Amino acid sequence: MTAQTSLTAQDFKSDVKPIWCPGCGDYAVLSAVTKAMAELGRRREDIAFISGIGCSSRIPAYTNVYGFHGVHGRALAIAAGVKLARPDLTVIAAGGDGDGLSIGGNHFMHACRRNVDMTYIVMDNQVYGMTKGQASPTTAPDWCNSKLTPEGTGISPVEPARLALASGANFIARGFAGNPNEVARLIVEGIHHPGFSFIHVLSPCVTYRPEQREWKTVVHAGEGDPSKAIAEAMQRLSTDDGYTTGVLFAGTRPAFMPARHEKASLAEIEGKFLS
Amino acid sequence: MAAYSVSVALTGSGGAGAMTAGQVLLDAASKAGFYGLMTRSMGPQIRGGEAAALLRISTRPISSLDDHYDLLVAFDWGNISRFAAELPLAETSLVLADPVHGAVPDPIAAYGARGADLALKDIAATIPGGRVNMVGVGAAAALIGLPLDAVLQVVTTQLARKGEAVLAASTAAIKAGAEAAAALPATARLPGHRHDGAPRWNISGNEAAGLGALKGGIKFVAAYPITPATEVLEWLAPALEKTGGVLVQAEDELASINMVIGGSFAGLPSLTATSGPGLALMMESLGLAVASETPLVLVDVMRGGPSTGIPTKSEQSDLNIAVYGLHGDAPHVVVAPTSITDCLFTTQWAVYLAEALQTPALVLSDQAMGQSRIVAPQPQPAPFKAKRLVAEGALENYQRYALTASGVSPMAIPGTTGGQYVADGLEHNQRGTPSSQAGDHQAQMDKRADKLTNFDYGAHWADIEGEGDIAVITWGAVSGPVREAIERAEAQGMKIRQISLRLLLPASPDRMAQALAGVRRILIAEQTHGQQFTKFLRAHYDLPAERVVVNRPGPLPIRPNEILSRLLAWK
Repeated sequence: MTAQTSLTAQDFKSDVKPIWCPGCGDYAVLSAVTKAMAELGRRREDIAFISGIGCSSRIPAYTNVYGFHGVHGRALAIAAGVKLARPDLTVIAAGGDGDGLSIGGNHFMHACRRNVDMTYIVMDNQVYGMTKGQASPTTAPDWCNSKLTPEGTGISPVEPARLALASGANFIARGFAGNPNEVARLIVEGIHHPGFSFIHVLSPCVTYRPEQREWKTVVHAGEGDPSKAIAEAMQRLSTDDGYTTGVLFAGTRPAFMPARHEKASLAEIEGKFLS
Repeated sequence: MAAYSVSVALTGSGGAGAMTAGQVLLDAASKAGFYGLMTRSMGPQIRGGEAAALLRISTRPISSLDDHYDLLVAFDWGNISRFAAELPLAETSLVLADPVHGAVPDPIAAYGARGADLALKDIAATIPGGRVNMVGVGAAAALIGLPLDAVLQVVTTQLARKGEAVLAASTAAIKAGAEAAAALPATARLPGHRHDGAPRWNISGNEAAGLGALKGGIKFVAAYPITPATEVLEWLAPALEKTGGVLVQAEDELASINMVIGGSFAGLPSLTATSGPGLALMMESLGLAVASETPLVLVDVMRGGPSTGIPTKSEQSDLNIAVYGLHGDAPHVVVAPTSITDCLFTTQWAVYLAEALQTPALVLSDQAMGQSRIVAPQPQPAPFKAKRLVAEGALENYQRYALTASGVSPMAIPGTTGGQYVADGLEHNQRGTPSSQAGDHQAQMDKRADKLTNFDYGAHWADIEGEGDIAVITWGAVSGPVREAIERAEAQGMKIRQISLRLLLPASPDRMAQALAGVRRILIAEQTHGQQFTKFLRAHYDLPAERVVVNRPGPLPIRPNEILSRLLAWK
């Protein structure tokens, strides 16, 4: 670990202007992320921020740390590669609901169970924004405002926190872009928690889902102890309305990190082929 | 047929022990001072399918199977008709089978070879714990003139940990088989031979690729199992762990290639291995590695395609996707080993190239090399080692994708102060900021193309042997039978050049023009149905107009006499 630094959130922002629409929830998430980075006390160069494709996945370019803007859906795989190769780095992945839970759904499940020590932020706006408004895996079945599914999708949405818990995530929290200080706190807590931490952020799309402006009236703080057994968390999340914010689950599984040894030379390994 | 070698096929249902028997004979040949090669032919079943160990034992190094087998030992007749075509026999060949399994099946009988009965099962039954395959090993060794001492030594070493009872049973079974062989008709025998004392290796192509990766400096591997590439990863797992590296099993090939991109971005030379279906899944992310200039090595052990195809058998038909499969103009490196032992050199070289050029390097091996074992002279060490141009020191206004004379720009590794940048698959400017401007696109496209074409690949771009106005151009596993065919043609007074391409991308038109100077006629040999290699050559090189193509899809290997007969027509 490197020495503590006294950088501010501003020091973690780049000079690249976001492509996001005015009023997008992701601005607040960017603020929360940079605030969290500053609170970590780590140097900018010791953080890797990895994303996939979509509006929210543009976020690494708006920060000042090492970043990777990869292909659609694979942020968690790149992030796992970074962390397994360089355990000394703080690794954060981020993206949208479509990137993380649809095209990247398989990686989400396996990242939860693999429990590599990294943090994943999903900015959930229940829509594909970059392709101009199609239903995402978290969209309600009766949302009819997409040209692709004018009658609604007719299929049940994924509940991300529930999926994360069922898949074995070690830390699950939910925040709301309207409360960036709480989101920053949850990100810091997630980073400090050993293993895979999942931060689900309700981040309104004011362009394709203007009704999400009303989320501010329905979000509410959670009740119950997140450090209780998985069974209790399952019970609690099974009746959750999806708008509860705070830490939803904090598990005790140790993080996954393969052991490294130097106990054989190349010559010894090669010698086995001598016939 | 070569007088310096004997070829043996051992066949049986999966689990009958044909592979073990073949392994014992190959190891014994090595011990006795011979060289050798063993390829595997298997059905898809783990147990109870068909399996054949296909051996060639020789007094000198070899790189190809021969035209036919001198001896076929059938432990049972199982599903032999499924792969009889892979077991060519001559009239002089001997088919040895146990009469309890009935008459020689038609597809084998049709070769017109001689037959002999050997009561493998009855002989094995006289020995407590005796196994049919070991009786077969003893008989085969005695028939071809492989010293029994060497066979027994190998078995003693291999079975030491299984206890004395198992070892005693195997020893007795081998001796009984050898004794029974005395009553059998004579077959081709190995010439008298003494160990030349030169160190030799017993290695498979997949192991060699793993070793090449390690010697090149690979420190991070993400793995998803797939036939016939899995052994590359399984060999690397403990070897990496022992040398301070890391291997992780991914959830799918999309994850493995992206984990490798992450590992490399973080600073470690990184690799994955797969086969056709996995390669297809990785294509989009290979493009990401090209665009973000993230070095990585991908070993593709080719099998029959398209789709699931023939997973356990060889073909060279991933050439097109490896060369052309990426969307957009995406310059990258594609190399191919020219023999089983060359899987070591070429993979090691690929690590060096990927790291030096900050681009993905694909290694096109195939099942015929990957899953075959060879006893060959110890390979010469190669100097190639991963060496990445990294950005160091106090970085200010760092530009990850700066335009440079070579096209390669210093890469900042996370942890380096002032080097923070965002690697991106989006087109970008020199700093790495996304850009859709024409000028940035042109400049970065030029950079990514120029860094590959400006690089000096040296003499390793191809293996070139021989002279004359006829040339055979080939690649990969087909290089072996071509080499043998040319040797035989030269013994008949012809002069022929062999050009086995190791560097497929980027193409080297100047070097090829030089290699073809004075050549009037060419033969192209490849194992695809659609002549992928021929079309590739025609797209990238000026070739003499007079040409013949020898091509066939897998799984039947191209044999020396097929190429020889085409060459002799030009005599």
